[in-house]
Amino acid sequence: MKLYGYSAYELLDMLSSGKCSSAEIVRDVMERAKETQPLYNSYITFNDEGADDAAKADAVSEKRGSKLRLCGIPVAVKDNISTKGIRTTCASRMLESYVPPYDATAVANLRAEGAVIIGKTNMDEFAMGSASDTGYFGAVRNPVNTAYSAGGSSGGSAAAVASGAAVLALGSDTGGSIRQPAALCGVVGFCPSYGAVSRYGLIAFASSLDRIGSIGRNARDVYLLHNIINVADVKDVTSSYKKISFNLKGSLRGLKIGVPGELFSPQISDDVRAAVEAAVMTMESRGAVVKYVSLPSAEDAVKAYYIISSAEASSNLARYDGVRFGYRTDNYSDLSEMYRKSRTEGFGDEVKRRIMLGTFVLSEGFCDSYYKRAAALRTKLCREFDEVFGSCDIIAAPVYPKAGISLGGSISPVECYSADICTVPASLAGLPAISVPCGRNADGLPIGLQLIGKRFGDAEVLDAAYGYELARGDVYDRA
Amino acid sequence: MTELESVIGLEVHAELNTATKIFCGCKNVFGSEANTEICPVCMGLPGTLPRLNKKVCDYAVKMGHALNCHINNVSRMDRKNYFYPDLPKAYQISQADIPICENGFLEIMVGSEVRKIGIERIHIEEDAGKLLHDDATGGTLCDYNRCGVPLIEIVTRPDLKSSEEARIFLEMIRSILRYIGISDCKMQEGSIRCDVNVSVHEKNAPLGVRCELKNVNSFSAAVRGIEYEINRQTQIISSGGNVERETRRWDDRNGMSILMRNKENAQDYRFFPEPDLGDIVLDDESIESLNNELPELPNAKIIRYVKVHGLNYSEAFVIADSAEKAALYDECAASGKCEPRSAANRIVGEITKFMNDSGKKISETGLTAQELCELCSAAEKGVISSSGAKKVLDELISVGGKTADIIERLGLVQNSDSGFLTALADEIIACSERSVNDYKKGKSNSLGYLVGQGMKASKGKADPAKLKEILMEKLKQEE
Repeated sequence: MKLYGYSAYELLDMLSSGKCSSAEIVRDVMERAKETQPLYNSYITFNDEGADDAAKADAVSEKRGSKLRLCGIPVAVKDNISTKGIRTTCASRMLESYVPPYDATAVANLRAEGAVIIGKTNMDEFAMGSASDTGYFGAVRNPVNTAYSAGGSSGGSAAAVASGAAVLALGSDTGGSIRQPAALCGVVGFCPSYGAVSRYGLIAFASSLDRIGSIGRNARDVYLLHNIINVADVKDVTSSYKKISFNLKGSLRGLKIGVPGELFSPQISDDVRAAVEAAVMTMESRGAVVKYVSLPSAEDAVKAYYIISSAEASSNLARYDGVRFGYRTDNYSDLSEMYRKSRTEGFGDEVKRRIMLGTFVLSEGFCDSYYKRAAALRTKLCREFDEVFGSCDIIAAPVYPKAGISLGGSISPVECYSADICTVPASLAGLPAISVPCGRNADGLPIGLQLIGKRFGDAEVLDAAYGYELARGDVYDRA
Repeated sequence: MTELESVIGLEVHAELNTATKIFCGCKNVFGSEANTEICPVCMGLPGTLPRLNKKVCDYAVKMGHALNCHINNVSRMDRKNYFYPDLPKAYQISQADIPICENGFLEIMVGSEVRKIGIERIHIEEDAGKLLHDDATGGTLCDYNRCGVPLIEIVTRPDLKSSEEARIFLEMIRSILRYIGISDCKMQEGSIRCDVNVSVHEKNAPLGVRCELKNVNSFSAAVRGIEYEINRQTQIISSGGNVERETRRWDDRNGMSILMRNKENAQDYRFFPEPDLGDIVLDDESIESLNNELPELPNAKIIRYVKVHGLNYSEAFVIADSAEKAALYDECAASGKCEPRSAANRIVGEITKFMNDSGKKISETGLTAQELCELCSAAEKGVISSSGAKKVLDELISVGGKTADIIERLGLVQNSDSGFLTALADEIIACSERSVNDYKKGKSNSLGYLVGQGMKASKGKADPAKLKEILMEKLKQEE
């Protein structure tokens, strides 16, 4: 068996016992990544230094007499996370040739532990989208069935992990961008508590919502990766100084699971509903206690989410004006034309839509009725979550209303936004949430179970996911 | 036509002299080679995050105390969004709804009146870069060294009535900033700038429509701009017109203001809370400790010098404007060994001249308050003449030492012995027949000549005051 098919924890065992070297792992995975690239389009840029980095990781481990914690493990990094010396495009023409002069903190943490960056993964432009089809470098196809999207916006990261083109991957999640593609590709995607992982180097879409998170083929792998990037960072004052240390136990006994009716709305398709309900029952059969709860504001969460995220995006993306960063139009006669044409030519439609939406909701005369109301709803939703967590340990819900998104299908933006109903509540409240595969529909398309924890209850979320995997029995360890 | 009154409000921006910038570790220095004091954070590189320099808050709080403000325990940073090439992020991090200090006042002396000028708020923000015209290409170049230099903005209430009051207020603000050591206030380096709001209304009527004057780069420009604006608005109102709410640019070279924006195309900055920074939280204890660090401020000193010591405003200002001069003066005045007036005369006169000519500080000379007191006292008592006092002061400044020793060494003690002076008077009267006759005919200035002759004859040792008395007495007797 080729090495790319193994889980990270298996590979680390094999490395320790000398059954393989970092160089071999990276060679196999890089080969697999390049071979599957024409099929799935998971990557935007490959890291040509990958082999050297593997050799370095081995050398450092040799010198210190023990393996680095992620020695030689190939990790794919979403292309909105800054990598020193490797171009970081956000899948936008705007940043087509932008090469960051520094590493994101999460990337620096990975490198320090010997992980090898395989490449930068494809995504929706500036992480705005749900199907990884709004980017400048084409859509990401789902390795399970290439007629379908890999989901988005971290579609490239999810597809790479699912197809063996990476063992682990970093994604980013603003309104579901890790959880949803993980669900659609049949892998595990973890969006940690806001503040648990430094955002320094994550190219901002919506600062109060953006999080870097981990994607792997099972909860143990995700746990491994999360532990490396869950580090206090003075460069991000919104990050937390508490390190969440824990060990996976996987026991579900006595775990109080809340099931909020609002997240099982009629919008959820029957196959998804059935799979998620079955998953909750499986957990119940292992001793978990199920309770029906209510999050009344969750129904309006999508609206609040699109107002707040677009408002912040309109400001965060203003710096792409052709003066300092990225694309500048060739022909212009004055400053304002340079701004206008650079932005018109450099951004795609979805990004422009969000910038216009965000600019509108912040403008004088509208700010109170949109932005400030959305912020108030967010506060209300947080209180509702607090209340639920007064009597529950964890919340279970679907990740996405449907099991698959057909590529090339045309749906309206509003339909597309509405489908984020299950993921945005945890986003707005800054809560940790994970997507774990919980079966497939009749067409063989994967479905995800979402588990949401209380703020900084990241350990409980990972442990519950691991417990569910054990209960389910058929852990998808291999690609 | 009823009488018109003008109302002026000021927004003063002062660069703070912290060691590093407001949101990154770059040095806060002026005059470096273009684009050398920059880093990914102050350049707004994608993915970077700001972190607030605590010193900036401390400095702002100090100024808040100096201007009798309420200091907010919790304040917030906001984003002010606009496009300009000197602003790399396309937004300025500033404070909108909740500034760090608000509701204060400053008492200034205008003529013999103490005027209380309301301070609406003081907030902290970052400075932008600088645009330079490039003669070689005819294009514009950007120097980003100034990006992220910390600023405070002091906003007054519309309490100033004339350009003269505005000038005194600005001078006082500059003096206080220097006193508490938070800004270098170098006009030519642009470290203190202001925007001016002017309106004109009929006496006893509500305030008129105001115009904002931008690009006011010196205090004298502020005075000219205010006067121009008062005249312009007065003319409009006198001819039956209405002043429009406008933002105007002050062209100091041509002495006129030019329309920049009117109400219709006013800029909408779309303020919203900066999601990358948390609230600024200050506890009462640290707020209070910053208050305790404050010395007596120059405006209070001026009021004291005028009201208690009877100095005039400009003397009081010259002394109070410099912390060193004020310390010297205050020590002399407090010692009770000399008249405050005579210490003031020497500080405003010779000492200020010496400091201006040599560029030296008092601490760099040999002069101490104690010896200055001795000197003043010796002069008051007639121990030395005024020209002798000058010589001693020169010596104290250039070499130092004790006043008494210097007087002795230079042989400056005046001879006040009445026997000696009577003999001297007789001698002069005997050989100055013409002047004696002139005096008797009523030419009183002849007396000066006679005293001068006595000084000459005694080689400067005679006490001129006493000699004069004796001369007068003798001439009277001769009649």
